[in-house]
Amino acid sequence: MKQRLVIIGAGMASGRVIEHLVEDAPDAFDITLFNAEPRGNYNRIMLSPVLSGEKTYEEIVTHDDAWYAAHSVTCRFGEKVISIDRQMKVVEGENGLVPYDKLIFGTGSNPFIIPLPGHDLEGVIAYRDLEDTQRMMEMGAGNKVVVIGGGLLGLEAAAGMAARGADVTVVHIMGHLMERQLDEAAGYLLKKSLEAKGITIRLQANSKEIVGQDGKVRALVLDDGTELPCDLLVMAVGIRPNVAVAQDAGLAVGKGIHVDDQLCTSDADIFAVGECVEHQGAIFGLVAPLYDQAKVLAKNLLGEEAAFVQKTLSTKLKVTGCDLFSAGDFTDGEGREDIVFRDPSRGVYKRLVIENDRLIGAVMYGDTADGSWFFGLIKDGTDIVDMRDTLIFGPAYQGGDHADPLSAVAALPPEAEICGCNGICKSTITGAIAGGATDLGAIRASTKASASCGTCTGLVEQLLQVTLGDDFVMPTSQPICGCCDLTHEDVRRLIKSQQLKSQEAVWQELGWKTRNGCHVCRPAINFYLLADWPIEYKDDPQSRFVNERKHANIQKDGTFSVVPRMWGGITNPKELRAIADAADKYNVPTVKVTGGQRIDLLGVKGEDLPYIWADLNNAGLVSGHAYSKGLRTVKTCVGTDHCRFGTQDSTGLGIKLEKVLWGAWTPHKVKLAVSGCPRNCAEATCKDVGVICVDSGYQVGVAGAAGMDVKETERLADVATEQEAIDLTVAFIQLYRENAKYLDRPYKWVAKVGLDWVKERVVDDLAERARLIAAFELSQSIYRKDPWAEHAQKAERYQPLADLTLEAAE
Amino acid sequence: MSWIDIGHIDDIPLRGARKLKTALGCIAVFRTNTDEVFAAADRCPHKGGPLSEGIVHGQSITCPLHNWVFDLNTGQAKGEDAQIATYTVRVEGERILIDGADLAARSAA
Repeated sequence: MKQRLVIIGAGMASGRVIEHLVEDAPDAFDITLFNAEPRGNYNRIMLSPVLSGEKTYEEIVTHDDAWYAAHSVTCRFGEKVISIDRQMKVVEGENGLVPYDKLIFGTGSNPFIIPLPGHDLEGVIAYRDLEDTQRMMEMGAGNKVVVIGGGLLGLEAAAGMAARGADVTVVHIMGHLMERQLDEAAGYLLKKSLEAKGITIRLQANSKEIVGQDGKVRALVLDDGTELPCDLLVMAVGIRPNVAVAQDAGLAVGKGIHVDDQLCTSDADIFAVGECVEHQGAIFGLVAPLYDQAKVLAKNLLGEEAAFVQKTLSTKLKVTGCDLFSAGDFTDGEGREDIVFRDPSRGVYKRLVIENDRLIGAVMYGDTADGSWFFGLIKDGTDIVDMRDTLIFGPAYQGGDHADPLSAVAALPPEAEICGCNGICKSTITGAIAGGATDLGAIRASTKASASCGTCTGLVEQLLQVTLGDDFVMPTSQPICGCCDLTHEDVRRLIKSQQLKSQEAVWQELGWKTRNGCHVCRPAINFYLLADWPIEYKDDPQSRFVNERKHANIQKDGTFSVVPRMWGGITNPKELRAIADAADKYNVPTVKVTGGQRIDLLGVKGEDLPYIWADLNNAGLVSGHAYSKGLRTVKTCVGTDHCRFGTQDSTGLGIKLEKVLWGAWTPHKVKLAVSGCPRNCAEATCKDVGVICVDSGYQVGVAGAAGMDVKETERLADVATEQEAIDLTVAFIQLYRENAKYLDRPYKWVAKVGLDWVKERVVDDLAERARLIAAFELSQSIYRKDPWAEHAQKAERYQPLADLTLEAAE
Repeated sequence: MSWIDIGHIDDIPLRGARKLKTALGCIAVFRTNTDEVFAAADRCPHKGGPLSEGIVHGQSITCPLHNWVFDLNTGQAKGEDAQIATYTVRVEGERILIDGADLAARSAA
């Protein structure tokens, strides 16, 4: 006798189960198929090509009415299942009861809708079924769409609608796209390709509410207040297994319906398959494991032994022109090693993760041709020790000779282009070498090769090496650190010329050899980016040394020092009382007057910092930035106010300068002074910028030093008015911010570029001076603020994560 | 093993660290760029620098005082004959758990 098999849900997994059953044992079961959607099984993962217009719905139908009829499947489509009576073994549908011998749940999953205010407005949809797809297909030129969620589904939805001409913005809460499948480097490249398709991507964006008009969606509001207008809002933030009916029936349910290796639920006659399942803590959203489950379940129903085993998965994004591939496990871990390959000019990134001489994960972007080969190595657990050297180049390079970069250069034909910017070929360079150009500088001067963007510098050096042999000594210009081959100056130039606006962009485009830099390069790159792109780039505290991250100076015992700003060295009884009170309240062991005319509270505990700042803020005191690579102090003398020798208001000028400059980040610390007469009581002649007031105006000197080196300032210019003195100072500081190497004080930088070069830009070229001042002001619109006031609000960040001293004692 | 919940993953900044007070002294809990979590002694063996204030890069931490670099997997200092104690932590969902039995065993020892 045929057994009665009832299946709830006509999806891809349950459809595959039916296929196996009717193929292997067409007479074993009487099948009844319930589906809440008024249609049978179609290929859901092909909805994206339907959306973009590359396929039609008809093309993605897996089982049509004729197929169900031919295999005698009783279809109850458009009918919801209300309940299951496990005692009686009966399924209750909206249109009546159906008894079963075996029951399969294929109820799939529901899209997760974030319960934002306004989520129930008309025009807010998920991306799950054909109806959603049809809504999205209505969007075209002139329509604005917001997609929440930068995962696989969200991006396919965004790309599909963008292809139809809609103006699409993707809002993603994480720091890079598809963070579950991609690492940050591949995520960066994906973002770049999608942006090239006209899609706006907003990362680290938190949605706050959906606002509507007449019951229809009008815009999405982010928590920073940004309003993104839209005609349609698509939420693609994840799925939740649909367990409602199973739960009501009393089956064991966690995130999904619990099943064992045979896909059997807690009831021996009830099975579950597909996205509604939870197996060993995992739930499933990709199609490959669902098909595996279907196969195992069909075998078990037919009395054969089979067990479902979770396997390594691979992912591809179905967006034309975004070539990415990810497989296996590519998180870091103990004993895991990376092989990373980047080809910036082609936008290629490949990363292989190796553990115990086996490939366990791969992420690729731009060139995924070898993806399936790598996936095979992962699945088979192949020992890769013998091909490790050339593994990343793919199957074509296995078994060949070990590549020597020099022999590769030597083998280049004479007409091979070396410098793309200037169109210089190999023979031109070797000709120049033969003509006596025996170092990089000479090659640049005589041929222009590597003199523009500089990315071919390595090649030119290799050519010198090949041609000159031992006569060539590699130049001493040092790369920033072991993470890259470029000098600070090269990186600064490339950040500007290639418009690199994020750390990921720098790492990728400039061929970083590590995942996310190190303590040497990260602070430098962070500074270069915020100096060159103050609006676009957001300062990264985690790429800063402790002092700048904590806005206080760490001392040798791990406590901190706190130095409030005293503008121009001027204070008053109220501020002094507040400082004294704070010193009492927080048991500050040492109070010291600094060389920069202010007061240092030494020995403050890290967790007290936000509270002492709040107290000081209340008295009007702000951060003195005594910890920063930025403006420290403007030392002054009392000038004309009190001094019988004073020629100008040196204190007033000092305060004005400090008010203009404070908060700005610079390559290294910057100290200023203004003396009211040539007696120079403020010691202005050994500062980074020092102004000496004279009867006729102001002598502005720069590039002094009084630290490791002692050096007198050099005269930048003499000016008649206070405003000019301020303008020159600001322009000089901005030129320093734009050009100096990180951790070069101004005197070191000026020694490299020459004072004349500085004068040309700051003093002589008035247009350039104005540009520098405007650029500085733009940056200050972001950074001229008190970090203490901001951090005092985040006091919890300064406390221990948790206190286990009591727990451990138990 | 007895796992103790010590906080949410987002309580630690990405590529950052927080301090955890225990009977063994302070432990630094680190979060890497890829959301892995590590725990190790918060005290640099060189001059006692608080490692929780250092820069996290890859799976390493650089001490804020004199730039000693430690591998967070093993606690080994790079290029120095020194090591810091590491502790077992794991992330479950979005919670960070530390192995309490491990802590108790070491404080008893």
